[in-house]
Amino acid sequence: MAGLKFRDVGDVPLVEMKGITKRFSGVTANRDVSFSVEAGEVHALLGENGAGKSTLMNILYGLYRPDKGQIFVQGKAREFHSPKDAIAAGIGMVHQHFMLVQTHSVWENMILGMKETPFILPRKKIQDRIAEISEQYGMQIDPSAAVWQLSTGEQQRVALLRMLYRNAKVLILDEPTAVLTPQESEKLFGTIRRMTREGHGVVFISHKLKEVMSEAGRVTVLRGGLNAGTVAASKTREEALAEMMVGRKASLGLERKPMARGDSVLEAKEIHVLGDRGIKAVNGVSLCLKRYEIFGVAGVAGNGQRELCEALSGLRPLISGEISVNGARMDRESPRSFIDEGVHYIPSDRKGTGMASGMDIVNNSILKKYWSKPVAKGFFIDWGTSADYAEEIVESFGVSVSSLSTPVRNLSGGNLQKLLMGRELSGTPNAVIVMHPTWGLDVSATHYVRDQILARRESGSAILLISEDLDELMALSDRLAVMFKGEFMDVLDNPGTVPIKEIGIMMAGGHKRPRTAASKADREASR
Amino acid sequence: MRLRAEKRIDSPAWMTFMTTALSVLLALTAGGVFLYLQGVSPFAAYAAILKSAFGSGYDLSETAVKALPLAIVSLAVMLSFTMLVWNIGGEGQALVGALAAAAVVRYFPVGSKPAMLSMMALAAVFAGGFWAGIAGLLKAKWNVNEIITTLMLNYIAMRLLEYFVYGPWRDPSSLGFPMTKPFIAAARLPSLWGTRIHMGIYALFFLTAVMEILLWRTRFGYEIRVMGDNARAARYAGMDCMKKVVGVMFISGAIAGFAGMCEVSGLQGRLQSGFSAQYGYTAIIVAWLSHLRPSLSLIIAFLMGALLVGGEALQIGMGLPMASAQILQGLILFFVLGGEFFQNYRVRIDAG
Repeated sequence: MAGLKFRDVGDVPLVEMKGITKRFSGVTANRDVSFSVEAGEVHALLGENGAGKSTLMNILYGLYRPDKGQIFVQGKAREFHSPKDAIAAGIGMVHQHFMLVQTHSVWENMILGMKETPFILPRKKIQDRIAEISEQYGMQIDPSAAVWQLSTGEQQRVALLRMLYRNAKVLILDEPTAVLTPQESEKLFGTIRRMTREGHGVVFISHKLKEVMSEAGRVTVLRGGLNAGTVAASKTREEALAEMMVGRKASLGLERKPMARGDSVLEAKEIHVLGDRGIKAVNGVSLCLKRYEIFGVAGVAGNGQRELCEALSGLRPLISGEISVNGARMDRESPRSFIDEGVHYIPSDRKGTGMASGMDIVNNSILKKYWSKPVAKGFFIDWGTSADYAEEIVESFGVSVSSLSTPVRNLSGGNLQKLLMGRELSGTPNAVIVMHPTWGLDVSATHYVRDQILARRESGSAILLISEDLDELMALSDRLAVMFKGEFMDVLDNPGTVPIKEIGIMMAGGHKRPRTAASKADREASR
Repeated sequence: MRLRAEKRIDSPAWMTFMTTALSVLLALTAGGVFLYLQGVSPFAAYAAILKSAFGSGYDLSETAVKALPLAIVSLAVMLSFTMLVWNIGGEGQALVGALAAAAVVRYFPVGSKPAMLSMMALAAVFAGGFWAGIAGLLKAKWNVNEIITTLMLNYIAMRLLEYFVYGPWRDPSSLGFPMTKPFIAAARLPSLWGTRIHMGIYALFFLTAVMEILLWRTRFGYEIRVMGDNARAARYAGMDCMKKVVGVMFISGAIAGFAGMCEVSGLQGRLQSGFSAQYGYTAIIVAWLSHLRPSLSLIIAFLMGALLVGGEALQIGMGLPMASAQILQGLILFFVLGGEFFQNYRVRIDAG
């Protein structure tokens, strides 16, 4: 391809949004926001959940139409009625969920929804073009592979490639590193740098301040739907950005007090578990959760973490292996008996699994209490006690709601998670299994949730923390396992002393860490 | 110009009221146009409907007679609908209930009214429960779609009933009509207040209260509401959905079976072909329009009864064919059900 067909328009930005306002049934998602992307720059978009980042970018991508304001593409005012218009104007977006057809091949996904495609697909031509683009931007991909065979990182590459295939000049990446290993993220940043060198403009939506500082040229922070400021990354600091996001001084640090490990609560020996499709998802995992301890599990999503959690909370049957709680064998018991033994599971899929989201806060608060006193009164439910209990959770966990009869589906992500945490953490559970607790939460909610997990550790719960956020795992875990393809690659007794890079290699299935005699002895002692 | 539907975040009470009122108004307008095209004055026709359904004490009682089985069967299907288990078989369950009641009258007649009626009710409840329980068991064991099985069981029930009323149970003195001999006096639910309304109405009020408590005050009701909202959350909380399906289907069928017994024992006094007039299906609409609230279904069933009575009046009084009356009923339901959509969605117009 003979270079990109950009018009040389001097200093005019590739894209400029001016005075964008968008309301959704009474809520103002964006108010008079201006935003621009220059050729060759990475412009990071930061903000808490609900700050209006996604809305702003969905407007730019033609999914929503602004109530007020204008979009200029290379100086010309444009109106987008659908993503098709945006793509035609050279604006592409890669969503967190890549919107690819899983059963189709990479090349077939390229032309999905393109009007000008002839009835008989010119396969050779398309594949050549893919090869050309992937070479140009340093993204290796096999055009004939089916999408479902690809790893998450590769699928993201396909989604990105698809936008480049359609000659997108401006690329919007919605939290692209949330699903990647550190190595994959590095690769992605490499691609982004090549894109900017070729004259593309990149909008980079992220929560991770570190990435933003190292990769972005300019940073725009949205707060409460307003533009809280646009600054050059080189002229600011992480703390300052965090402050701009939350509107006050934000503390980012957490204090994990040294604590002596307590008795073992939940023990799993060589467990094997099948996934939803009948393929083995957990392959011989052993672990032992002890009081006053957080056991972290790192790994890229889809390596058996969810199945492990479900097995440990009695929701998924074992093919083989043993689970015991407080010394008693539990692997043939019902999920209800795990709950009764004080094993509480906080799933990552909060709305889909953790809550009956059409029901109100009171109904959801008693989800794991309705069969026992005092909420249950024989065959009946005592709604008075239930409401008191809900009130207690709402108050002590700072869930902000107008009324207890609000359906849970109307809660914001942070409030929903606080309610879920409140329900599961109340009354000091024996063991807590918590998966992706801060996924999609804003800075202050994230801090709150982590604090609560630490508080439970101090009051004596045994905690299993599954996360994709390595910083979070490093900050919270007393021990850290790395999970890949259903197995623990290694269990690190002092995660703080291991370089993140090594953990990243294990997350990608690289070699297990060579085990020194000392660390082995340490392990035996910890058993 | 393009139309796009957006889900409403919340629908306040006044909105519910307004959409319902507006859709009824639109239904009457559309129905009016239709009546006008048939050469009938819409105003006269609507007046006739109102008068026939609510005009006098007798008319009101006839409306109630029509509403009674609708209300009971709607309670039955409501229970399963709350759990998102689609029992479409209220009709068939009512039929086998009636069949079982008639069998008891035929083979074990006793002179004492309380004894006879209790036996009939028991038989009807078990027969209806069994009939729905089959579908429940198939779903629990092998995840067989209950919509299909309950619907198919309706046809089996219908043919079974026909077999008996055309065959072994036919009254020889019925001049060839497919019906059994009249029930003995002990097997008749007493009528009330000199109308055709029978004692089943007490049972209806009682059942409505029980259902309201069961759904909203008990652990059982809580469980099926959670299962209906999010089956995965239910499992996560340690509820056994599959076990519950069988139980819920049994109770649901039992109530419908009881409705069938009330019809034959309270109204017809014998078992005859086609006695139910598709109440089982109309009851599904009643359950839906009452948003699965038992107490509300009493009112909706009464209004639906009025629509049925009014339809008959159009045929008799206005000389319209039965099809026209049914089209009018259909139009009204179409608009009211359609109005529900606007409670949950707002439609935006995109220019361009």
